[in-house]
Amino acid sequence: MVRNKLMLAAAVLSGVVLATPAAAQNEQFIPILSYRTGAYAVNGVPFANGMADYYNLVNERDGGINGVKLLVEECETGYATDKGVECYERLKGKGPTGAAFVNPLSTGITFALTEKTATDKIPIITMGYGRADSKNGAVFAYNFPLLGTYWSAADIAIQHIAKEVGGFDKLKGKKISLLFHDSPYGKEPIPMLQVLAKKHGFEFTPIPVTHPGVEQKSQWLAIRQNRPDYVLVWGWGVMNGTAVKEAAAVAYPREKMIGVWWSGAEPDVTPAGDQAAGYKALMLQHGAGKFPVHADIEKHVYAKGKGLSEPGKVGEVLYNRGMVNAMLGVEAIRKAQEKFGKKPLTGEQVRWGLENLNLSEARLKELGFEGMLKPVKISCSDHEGARDGRVQQWDGKGWKIISDWYTANQSGTEPLVDEVSAKYAAEKNIKSRDCSKES
Amino acid sequence: MSGVLYSLVALGFVLIFKASGVFNFAQGAMVLLAGLALVRSLDLLVTRGFPLWAAIILGIGFAAVIMAIAAWLIERFVIGPLVNQDGLTLFMSTIGVTFILEGAAQMIFGSDAYPLRLFPTDAWFLFENVFPGGILVNKLDVWGGFIAGILVAGLAIFFERTKTGRALRAVADDHLAAQSVGIPIGWIWFVVWLAAGLVALVAATVWGTKLGVQFSITFLALKALPVLIIGGLTSIPGAIVGGLIVGAGEKIAEVFLGSYIGGGIEYWFAYVLALAVLLVRPQGLFGERIIERI
Repeated sequence: MVRNKLMLAAAVLSGVVLATPAAAQNEQFIPILSYRTGAYAVNGVPFANGMADYYNLVNERDGGINGVKLLVEECETGYATDKGVECYERLKGKGPTGAAFVNPLSTGITFALTEKTATDKIPIITMGYGRADSKNGAVFAYNFPLLGTYWSAADIAIQHIAKEVGGFDKLKGKKISLLFHDSPYGKEPIPMLQVLAKKHGFEFTPIPVTHPGVEQKSQWLAIRQNRPDYVLVWGWGVMNGTAVKEAAAVAYPREKMIGVWWSGAEPDVTPAGDQAAGYKALMLQHGAGKFPVHADIEKHVYAKGKGLSEPGKVGEVLYNRGMVNAMLGVEAIRKAQEKFGKKPLTGEQVRWGLENLNLSEARLKELGFEGMLKPVKISCSDHEGARDGRVQQWDGKGWKIISDWYTANQSGTEPLVDEVSAKYAAEKNIKSRDCSKES
Repeated sequence: MSGVLYSLVALGFVLIFKASGVFNFAQGAMVLLAGLALVRSLDLLVTRGFPLWAAIILGIGFAAVIMAIAAWLIERFVIGPLVNQDGLTLFMSTIGVTFILEGAAQMIFGSDAYPLRLFPTDAWFLFENVFPGGILVNKLDVWGGFIAGILVAGLAIFFERTKTGRALRAVADDHLAAQSVGIPIGWIWFVVWLAAGLVALVAATVWGTKLGVQFSITFLALKALPVLIIGGLTSIPGAIVGGLIVGAGEKIAEVFLGSYIGGGIEYWFAYVLALAVLLVRPQGLFGERIIERI
């Protein structure tokens, strides 16, 4: 415990967690842009721990990817866009072949890096966040919003509400509010929800909450006044727990609140105690809990004293998400090695690996992720790869899965993706790739 | 009423400024340190089988000791060596203290969100039969108001009726003159930083109950600034009145104006109010009039 804290302290002070002093030639460099301090550390720490522990597992258990060791360096962004860009610039050229990819864990940083990464030919993985239009790989060659964009999340949330009220036809006349973090992240689902409101006839009201979200009383007074049938929560960090507490204070039923998958982890509900019981949130496929891969992490990482998390927090929602994120990156490198050889690869080569990644059920089982994820297949035209989700509910002690799988309706999201990505391509003078010719 | 909760943080600022002439930017970080020390010790004691009432008393005692250590370290290594320097230098040093306290507090006690439940957080709904929705009164806000009232009364007595309180005011007026008449300035500054630390601990019990103890409570310092500007940097009752004005003003603005201009105005509207007060009364509503004799 004390040792873990010292390691974390070292991470914060030096910006380096796992990098060895001298980078050998047969190492693949992977940066981790994390936030272990600041307003969002509560959520940033478990995610970063999950990522770092998984990379460590690959090195400890497998000796790297086909013999190529992973060289990992962490950089503290504090969830600030300027620091995120600074970290990226500092780390993009490290290692024998530069960064394999970058995971900014911030939609704001994603927006700032999108053009830079395309120029530097380094993929930017934004699993479950980032620009929703970047699903279109023909325009956004280097962006990979894997497993689900915010537009997919919005669609899944409305599907679930429709199911609860008895069908899509019953949505007409209903009031649905969006309580969102007033940032690029929180604003991202608004266009999709406006499209869905028009399609299904519900009244949609977006309600912004200013960073970091510690004070929301007036927003909840407005909700109390307007009495929406559902409140969608697009928050991060302290905003989520505060939303749950303020909802309780104005007696808004927690059962009518549905958080996005970034508003559905343990730190979002535990500060509210019993008041959080009934609160629901989307799942980016996986939830909390332990799967075969966790046994490997405990055996090869924690048993050797190399784990970064408090042992009791291994298997929490955001820890698992960090692990999934790291695994997808590792498998993309492995895929790229099939084409370019078992050696450290450039970002451009790893981009090919990401675009051709195909994780079947059997492969997920081999990796120990069976039950956490459904198969993922990425292609040039579909950089999202999968758009499935479920809904979980906090019962006061833990998250319980309360729905079957939903798949975001592409006939709803696709026209918006095409429209917005085409506009971006025109603005930036990007020539769209012909995906039928990509291999 | 929620503005009174800002007053709890603002009181710490006023206390140090009134007693030493230092604008203490670290007050928000002190709330975090006090809150983390309290909640982590409380958790430890409860898991070790202590009854809750005993754990609360011991936890508060432990947090008070931590704040005393912090006050001694700040006086010994930061403020003490800067005696007789101008206000801006002292202010800059408290910015440094802010970052050190934030980092150290998280490193020692953890950076998770820790629930704290010392006060009720549900609400009373009054006059529901008179008009739709009635009036919502949050019990935590009422507790905050009650605690703030006690603090104001206690601090007023301390400053006006005790020897130490009068010495504090003398030091604030002129460090050098206070030293020349035999006031031990090091001890006085330790006392004032300790008092501000204890006020931070009180604020942490209320804000920790509201938000959970986590890094974000350091942002309260930014919400306390407009309260100080409105109430006046040297007035303890001013911190309460300023808090009430900010609390009511930002909520009314968000609910009635926010919807016309896209919402999310609550956070900065408090500063609009503060600027308006600055224009007509630079010393704040209750601050001492600034007189420069030439």
